[in-house]
Amino acid sequence: MSFGAAAGGIGAAGMLAELEEEPQPQQGRVRRRGRPRLWRVTIFVLAAIFFLGPILASIKYSLILNSGAYGIGNYTAIISNGAIRSALITSLEIAGIAAVVVVALMLPTVVLVRLRLPRLTLFMEGVTVLPIVVPPIVIAAGLAQLQSSAPEWLIKLWFNSPVTGLSFVYVVLAMPFSYRAFDTGVRAIDLRTLVDASRSLGASWFTTVTRVILPNVQTAVLGAVFLTVALCLGEVVISTILLYVTLPVELIQASQSGNAGTSVALSVLSLLFVFGLLFSLSFLAGRKRGNRTSRVI
Amino acid sequence: MRVSAGGGAWIGMLPFSVYVLVFLGLPIYEVIRGALSTTSGAFTFENFKTIFSGSQYWIPLENSVILSAWTAVVGAIFGTWLAAAVVASPAGSMLRRMVSSGSGVLAYFAGVPLAFAFIAALGRAPGGVVTTLLKHIGFDLYAHGFSITSLLGVGLAYTYFQVPMMVILITPALEGLRPQWQEAAESLGASRLEYLRHIAIPVMAPAFIGSLLILFGNAFSAYATALALVGASIPLIPAAINEAINGNVLVNQAGIAQALGVEMILIAAIVLTFYWLVQRRARRWLQ
Repeated sequence: MSFGAAAGGIGAAGMLAELEEEPQPQQGRVRRRGRPRLWRVTIFVLAAIFFLGPILASIKYSLILNSGAYGIGNYTAIISNGAIRSALITSLEIAGIAAVVVVALMLPTVVLVRLRLPRLTLFMEGVTVLPIVVPPIVIAAGLAQLQSSAPEWLIKLWFNSPVTGLSFVYVVLAMPFSYRAFDTGVRAIDLRTLVDASRSLGASWFTTVTRVILPNVQTAVLGAVFLTVALCLGEVVISTILLYVTLPVELIQASQSGNAGTSVALSVLSLLFVFGLLFSLSFLAGRKRGNRTSRVI
Repeated sequence: MRVSAGGGAWIGMLPFSVYVLVFLGLPIYEVIRGALSTTSGAFTFENFKTIFSGSQYWIPLENSVILSAWTAVVGAIFGTWLAAAVVASPAGSMLRRMVSSGSGVLAYFAGVPLAFAFIAALGRAPGGVVTTLLKHIGFDLYAHGFSITSLLGVGLAYTYFQVPMMVILITPALEGLRPQWQEAAESLGASRLEYLRHIAIPVMAPAFIGSLLILFGNAFSAYATALALVGASIPLIPAAINEAINGNVLVNQAGIAQALGVEMILIAAIVLTFYWLVQRRARRWLQ
């Protein structure tokens, strides 16, 4: 969604950058921990009501069956509803492919720029911020135009299946935060020493990237992958315009055709799933300190 | 040891460059070309003339700008307040992890599920839980002109991702406020209010304004939530593009959609330029 999905790029990068930073010294703040102050309690209560309210309302709605009774029927219907199930599978496929492509495309490029072509840093920052300037609806308009005017072979190759039609475009939408994540990750390790050591021991570039660099920037990679997955599962504008039935598109359609309960049930589950992804990320980030290879060298 | 950039290094840039050209450059090129073409492909400015004459395309633009502005201001204020409260709690605490992950979910993912949650809470009674509750205590939202499919309703839904986005954007800057600055101010006799007024607020101002601009752009290009709540009939720019794409081909509606797309790109680019200018100032303090 929005400056958001691609966009929040800058924001996501902020979130990810934070993961990589050394914890700030906390003197001075500790002393204030005793009694919670009124201004803090007020905003926490307001936020809890404001944000949890609608989500609880969603959960309540998903537990009401068509008959009016309460039950978990809407949740079991997710599995038995063929249309929803196949849309879910499509979206998971898209997310999987996009996540792999994000890592395979961005990590080697970031390493290359950092190591051999530092003068391209500004160019990379400029290019990867572009998806923020071009809203998803506009990318969709361009793709729709392309779809209607492209030669047959290109349509077959690119647009005929939602998986090829969307995965690669979502990688572009994910660039603002994936680039920043990899860049922060690579900056935090002693890249040159690691690469020199690996190369002088006879490793190929491929081995160096996959077996030496990748494990050292785990957190950055996971951050980029999780946010890419979240983006792919949530993106609805481009898929709607291009008439692909992905999960969110099917959720809207199902909700309008009498399956609102099932549709809300799945949307609740997807919220929880993405929350789980990001929540686990916050622990992985903390674990990372101290076991970095670069520290050992 | 410094390795010079040989030919090999430049070849390594090929995959990324080609990828970006195909999957981002090509759609942008199509939008610009389409905006400047008639249905038969001849060069024209007619599409731009159409979108800038008459109220049909001015009203969505105006609505989009107003909606983005007020949701950005509301999001920035409450987001900063929430982020400040979170930053004051110890790093690594459960509360902090919950708020940070929750913000990520709402800011990056929530489009359709958010719209559903919003309908479940504020939809017309007896559907909406909150609407029904309010009706029980004697306040009928819908009798007072509220509707979740109105611009106000959609704007309210937008604050559900604007506030979390602000939390994500402003947290690093708030963490950059050194406790030592407050201690120094206090030991020089400043009250809490004086510390805020003379130190915290001036130092935070560039980061705050920068984030405000991002929030504006965020709402301006957002469409997922509005699409799920209302569809194409809401008078906002992205919806106007959606309608034009699916509309009548005879009057070159596709060209109109592309011209509106170019308009959106230009506005987003202006906002982002201001963001960069502000950001350069912000970096001076928060190193």
